[in-house]
Amino acid sequence: MRGRQILLTVLSAVAGFAAVAFGAVYFVSTRHAGSGVGIASIGGSFSLVDDTGTPVTERTLAGKPSVMYFGYTFCPDVCPTTLLDMSRWIKALGPDADKLNYVFVTVDPERDTQKLMHAYLSSFDKHIRGLTGTPDQIAKIAREYRVYYKKVPTDDGGYLMDHSAMVYLMGPDEKFVGIIAYQEADASALAKLRNLVSLTPSS
Amino acid sequence: MRIFSNLVLVASLVAAAPPVFAQATAPSITVEQPYARATPAGAATGAVYMTLTNKAKTADRLTAASSDVAAKVQVHEMAVTNGVMQMRELKDGLPVPAGGSVVLKPGGYHVMLIGLKKPLTAGETFPLKLTFEKAGNISVTVPVQAMDATKDNKGGAGGMGGMGGMGGAGGGMGHMEMK
Repeated sequence: MRGRQILLTVLSAVAGFAAVAFGAVYFVSTRHAGSGVGIASIGGSFSLVDDTGTPVTERTLAGKPSVMYFGYTFCPDVCPTTLLDMSRWIKALGPDADKLNYVFVTVDPERDTQKLMHAYLSSFDKHIRGLTGTPDQIAKIAREYRVYYKKVPTDDGGYLMDHSAMVYLMGPDEKFVGIIAYQEADASALAKLRNLVSLTPSS
Repeated sequence: MRIFSNLVLVASLVAAAPPVFAQATAPSITVEQPYARATPAGAATGAVYMTLTNKAKTADRLTAASSDVAAKVQVHEMAVTNGVMQMRELKDGLPVPAGGSVVLKPGGYHVMLIGLKKPLTAGETFPLKLTFEKAGNISVTVPVQAMDATKDNKGGAGGMGGMGGMGGAGGGMGHMEMK
C-alpha cells in the first residue's frame, strides 16, 4: 500500500514535469523558429458539451485565444481558488476580457454533469464556461492537452482526483502559448493574459 | 539558556493570540481562528482551516472530526507537486507537536467536509467537533467567510510564503463554543 502510494506520487510527479517540460520546449521552439514543427504539441481536437448543453469542439473556441483549466467540483481547495483567480483576472482585464475564451474542463465526468457544472459556475465570473463529456471524451482532451489526471479511490468507496493544477493559455489557432502556474502572482498572470489578448486577430 | 528559550516561546505564544478555551477544563490543545470559505453552488465539499497549538509536553494528533453540515468529515493534506494537485486523507491523523503549532490553510492541510447538506454561505457559522488522540474532543464554531477570504494573506510577491493565514488581513475570528 505504501509502495503503491510512493509509486503514484513519483508517476504523477513525472507526468507533471513532463507536461511543463513539453510546454517549455514548445514555447521556446515557437519563439525561435516561429513554428512548432516536429515538436509534440499541446492541444488538439475534442468534442465535449458545455454547461448549458451546447456541444463544443476545438473549432468552437478557435478565433479567440483560450484560458483553460482542468479540475473538478469535488475539489474543496485548489479548484475554487483557481476559478476565483480566473474571475479576478477577468475583472482586471476589463473590456479586453471579452477577447478570450475561459474554459473549465472537468477531469471528473462521472460526478460533474452538465447541470452540476452549470450550478457550480454560477458562483464564478460568467465568462467561464464549463465543459464535460463522457469519460472517453475527457480522456481524449486530457491526452491532447497533456493533462495529467488520476482517480484515487478512498477507503469509504469514494474517490479523489489528482490533476494538473496549471492554467493553459492557448492562441487563437488553439495552439499552446504558455501556462499560468498554481498560485502565480496576479501581476505575472495578468501580463500573460494581456499578451494573449494581443494575439487576438483584429477583425 | 534552554529555560530562557522556553520562556520566550511560551511568552510569544501567549502574546501572539490569547487562546480561547473550548471546555471548562482547559485542554492542552487550543484551536485558533477556525474558518471555512463559502462554497460554490452545488459543491459537495468544503474545507475548514485553523491553527492548532499544543501546550502539552507530549505530541498529540488530530485523528477525526465531525459536523452536522456534512455527511463525512476527514483530515486531509494537499499539495501541488510539479504542477499536479494531490489530496489525501491523513489516515494516521495530523500530528500536533509538543509545545508547537500546526497551521491548516489553503494549499496545505484542511479538515474536509464531504457531502455538504447545503452550501456554506458567508456570514453563517456551523459547529465542528475535533477529536484528538490525547486532548479528546474539542467543539468549535466555524464562521464562514467569503470565498476569496484568504486572498489578501497570500502576499503579493509570488504567494509561496509559508507564513500561513495567521494575523493581518484575515484575522479576528476566534469564536469557540463554551461548554
